[in-house]
Amino acid sequence: MSSIFRPALAAALSAASIGAAVLPVMAADIPTFEMTLKDHKFSPDTIEVPANQRFQIRLTNKDATPDEFDSHDLRVEKVVGGGQTGIVRIQPLVPGRYMFMGEYHAATARGIVVAK
Amino acid sequence: MLAAFVIVFREVIEAGLVVGVVLAATRGLAGRSAYVGGGILSGFFGACLVAAFAGAIADLFEGSGQEALNAAVLLIAVAMLIWHNAWMASHGRELARSLRAVGEEVKAGQKSLMALAIVCAVAVLREGSEVVLFLYGVAAAGQTTPFGILAGGLLGIAGGGLVSALLYFGLVAIPLRHLFAVLTALITLLAAGLAAQSMRFLAQGGWLNEWVTPLWDTSPVLSEESLAGRIAHVLLGYSAQPSGSELTVYLAVIAIMLVVRSMAGRESGAHGRSAQASS
Repeated sequence: MSSIFRPALAAALSAASIGAAVLPVMAADIPTFEMTLKDHKFSPDTIEVPANQRFQIRLTNKDATPDEFDSHDLRVEKVVGGGQTGIVRIQPLVPGRYMFMGEYHAATARGIVVAK
Repeated sequence: MLAAFVIVFREVIEAGLVVGVVLAATRGLAGRSAYVGGGILSGFFGACLVAAFAGAIADLFEGSGQEALNAAVLLIAVAMLIWHNAWMASHGRELARSLRAVGEEVKAGQKSLMALAIVCAVAVLREGSEVVLFLYGVAAAGQTTPFGILAGGLLGIAGGGLVSALLYFGLVAIPLRHLFAVLTALITLLAAGLAAQSMRFLAQGGWLNEWVTPLWDTSPVLSEESLAGRIAHVLLGYSAQPSGSELTVYLAVIAIMLVVRSMAGRESGAHGRSAQASS
């Protein structure tokens, strides 16, 4: 049994070390865009961001219920609880228009990130 | 009701396909229903806990707690799948021959079952917590009648269950001598895909800052939003816009699987020969 366990453990440790080797980046030097969600609508629902640069959206959910900031284009998904604030970190984008939505209220909660 | 259906269906498929693969991989093992059922059930309770403490979890690690949790459970699943494939490599041959379960085989089999039960649990936990949060939100807002949510949710579970069942029956219809090879390949790609997903969460959490931009975009060919794209995403680790780190980890897990399998396979071969010599 131990002979099977050894390679598996080594694999698990190497997988864990991939995550542990890198330190969290300080948030201060990253452009931050404020956004709120109220009545299941984003405000502002369009933001213009610099292209080819990492940035983050500070999303305050002013509704009572949770929602998920979800964007296939931006490759992020983040649940923000009712009355809470969440940081959505977005990797450098090539110039273009990127759609996002609040997955739990996709009919009304929609917005666009324009990278220039 | 439609919103409830769409979201529940999507999440149930993601967890259900994983359970389908696990069920096919454990066919013929004694006590597998208890392990897989237990895994699903603990995943469900875990999902409720994660949903209930979503706020507290989100506040951990300077607001990146959710990403840390997602990345961690994904990597746990990857480790368990690697272990399972190593076990299959050393015991699959005997298993295919006679499905007998005696002595060491039973103990090793149950360890592997436990690993796969954990895989089911974390799959249900990840996808389930989103369903619970969504349904809680709909119920709390009172937009739809409880009947609408319930009907949508149940239809979503039924639909997701049906797709997963089709996968399971498709897999078990494969002749036994090919089934092990197919499952091994499927579990390898499943693990590689989960590892790649964990890189995305590490990037989103701020821990990974290099090799994070997409290398290419194949969404015009196969969108991850489509049903086929979603199934390919879960089973094969398909990503329309993989980043350098995702691709690297995807290939690395496949390489690790191959190495681990060949090592475990060689040991079992030697073991088998010595057992024959002594008998």
